[in-house]
Amino acid sequence: MRLDLRKAGLTLVAPLLAIVFAMIVTSLVLAVAGDPVGTTWSTIFSRPKPRNLVNIINAGTVLYLSALAVAVGFRMNLFNIGVDGQYRLAAFVAAYVAGEAWFPGKLNVVFSILVAIVVGAVWAGIAGLLKVTRGVSEVIATIMLNAIATALVAYFLRQVAQKGSNNIHTDDIPLSSQLGGFKLIPDAPNTVYTLTILAVLAGFFYWLLLNRTVFGFDLRATGQSETAAVASGVSVKKMVVISMLISGGMAGLIGMPLLFGDSHNYGLTFQTGLGFTGIAVALLGRNNPIGIAFAALLFAFLNEQSNALQLKAGVSNDIVNIIQGVIVLSVVIAYEVVRRYNNAAEQRRVAAQLAQARKTEEVPA
Amino acid sequence: MTELLDKAATTVRKVRPTWPVVLLAIAGVVLLLAVLREITGADDVASAGTVRAAIRAAMPIALAGLGGLWAERSGVVNIGLEGMMIMGTFGAGFAGYQWGMWAGVAFALMFGAIAGAIHAVATVGFGVDHIVSGVAINVIALGAAQYLAGLAFTGKPGGGPTQSPPVEPLPTFDVPGISDAATTIAGKHWFFVSDLAALVGGVTTRVSLLTLFGLALFVVTWFVLWRTTFGLRVRSVGESPAAAESLGVNVYLYKYVAVIVSGAMAGLAGAFLVEDATVYREGQTGGRGYIGLAAMIFGNWRPGGLLAGSGLFGYTDALRLRSGGESVHALLLLLAVLLLVFGLALVRKNRRQALVSAGIAVLLVVLFLVTDEIAGDFTGMTPYLTTLLVLALFSQRLRMPAADGEVYRKGSAG
Repeated sequence: MRLDLRKAGLTLVAPLLAIVFAMIVTSLVLAVAGDPVGTTWSTIFSRPKPRNLVNIINAGTVLYLSALAVAVGFRMNLFNIGVDGQYRLAAFVAAYVAGEAWFPGKLNVVFSILVAIVVGAVWAGIAGLLKVTRGVSEVIATIMLNAIATALVAYFLRQVAQKGSNNIHTDDIPLSSQLGGFKLIPDAPNTVYTLTILAVLAGFFYWLLLNRTVFGFDLRATGQSETAAVASGVSVKKMVVISMLISGGMAGLIGMPLLFGDSHNYGLTFQTGLGFTGIAVALLGRNNPIGIAFAALLFAFLNEQSNALQLKAGVSNDIVNIIQGVIVLSVVIAYEVVRRYNNAAEQRRVAAQLAQARKTEEVPA
Repeated sequence: MTELLDKAATTVRKVRPTWPVVLLAIAGVVLLLAVLREITGADDVASAGTVRAAIRAAMPIALAGLGGLWAERSGVVNIGLEGMMIMGTFGAGFAGYQWGMWAGVAFALMFGAIAGAIHAVATVGFGVDHIVSGVAINVIALGAAQYLAGLAFTGKPGGGPTQSPPVEPLPTFDVPGISDAATTIAGKHWFFVSDLAALVGGVTTRVSLLTLFGLALFVVTWFVLWRTTFGLRVRSVGESPAAAESLGVNVYLYKYVAVIVSGAMAGLAGAFLVEDATVYREGQTGGRGYIGLAAMIFGNWRPGGLLAGSGLFGYTDALRLRSGGESVHALLLLLAVLLLVFGLALVRKNRRQALVSAGIAVLLVVLFLVTDEIAGDFTGMTPYLTTLLVLALFSQRLRMPAADGEVYRKGSAG
């Protein structure tokens, strides 16, 4: 038990070390570039206003969903780099469906979310099928599918958009299907997305699926040792396709809080690039549903707080990308170092115990 | 036993890419395009302008792929090529507008190499998963380039936070005699002869020094990796690091060198983009690093194959730019024929896959007949669709370095 506590402690130390290291690197970059180091950090770590807090929770919700989608694949060594294309395509189709309002009120919301899940799953499934039938690396396939999704959305968006308008977008969702949000934080003029619930549910589903089902066990087994999984009767091909479908389905959810709680349509201004940030968040959170939540909030915090940088410190808020990137790279390095340290420590302990046992055996003779 | 030997004999009996074979293949492609041009009337399918545009589009992809080749031959997967290429575009823009394009090339090489060194430290030194490190590098490089560009280019004449001041491109030259003659013949629209002349004309007219430099690097890479002791060691590290180490090869050192060279090549790929656009622009790479990786896989981890793959992607990219709707529409027919041939070849081995490709071929023909041209948004997809299709058709015949993507710890040789 003592050993487990120490292990857990080390696991928590790793991300903290990574964050400190990222701050040092960023400070160096700022100093070399001649930007004010102190003002930059004091701006980023200033107390967020209630309005900003709501923004952080909202952005964190979306990032959390994105990271979960990526993490499902990661757990079986499947790199779904295509979450970005999957969620954009899914959000577009869902926005179109919701705008058409074939169902009344909240039923419309539920139906559109289901549509988004299916679209995301199908788009990711293409990469899964290509991998198992034709041996195409899912990394390359999903990246290509991202670009193809961009072109498809651009084309169909132009087909369905109102003619003669500058801001091209799908029809607005009827008022009865828009979700007002929660007044979670007092004094804030804005609200937390209603579909934050969706993120909580998805996180629970992720935990349940991976840790409490046979499928989840097989998935993790395949990720840790494919040969062992095959030997115990797991069909890796089937696992690949199903995991891609689940990952894509989750990716379909990413755009939903934005769609029903904020933009109410899919247009040129709909947020892009969430899928790539999700990869970084999943890595930082070690594919653990709780860890990812913290990572998502940290990234959302950094993004939100950096908005004021240009105004207060005269520093471009692009610096936040450097911070986030360095955090991710140093955190994976830190995890690796900690893992190796633990292994070595365990070997030493076992060796010491064996030596002890041999000594006590030798004494009577 | 004899059965096994027979099987071995058939797998060994492959067509070697000797000069006659290569020339025949080129002639075959030109003939195919000539026929296509005659049938569809889409002249830009095979014109000197298209060939030239194809070369310009192919070079960044080819060099990114060359970067991938170096890394993967040493056993390190480099998905961070895109980020290294972004660093290269910034380096080329930063030095290029101040001290000329050659300085830009040097800085692109250097910035790419720095990003490569980070990847090497993470993957080789610390044993981090290669894809994970590559993704992180892409994030850092994008942020770094944007941040640095904001610092370096804001307020400069013609520059801004997302764009550098103009960069003077390197001089170009025509190959005397051949260029003029080929262009004349190409204008006559004779079947096959003009198409061949268009190819020659495109290759010999307005040749960029940078292109020559890039092609020279291909020759150098081939020579170093396949004809020197150093290259043999790099490749042995990628095939079986344990065996290499047991023979006294410093595995880490060779991996480090290969990955840093890989970054430099990717950085140079960025310089090509800057020279072509005559500025650094945010988002200039547009996923070409990934396409380069795909071209390398298509080329079976060999420089020649990589060059052919990049040519294919460059060609589809060029078609899109030159009367895209019409040309890409014509390409549908070519694709249908190729898929049909592929399906026929598969009939005896795999009935289902043969049916699938035949089905897609029929769909393409229908699409070709009912439409006149392809909408602008779809022509933009061509390079990506081509990549997917090509990989779907050829992935199973490829063999990557045996220890590619595996983390190796020193002393594992025992």
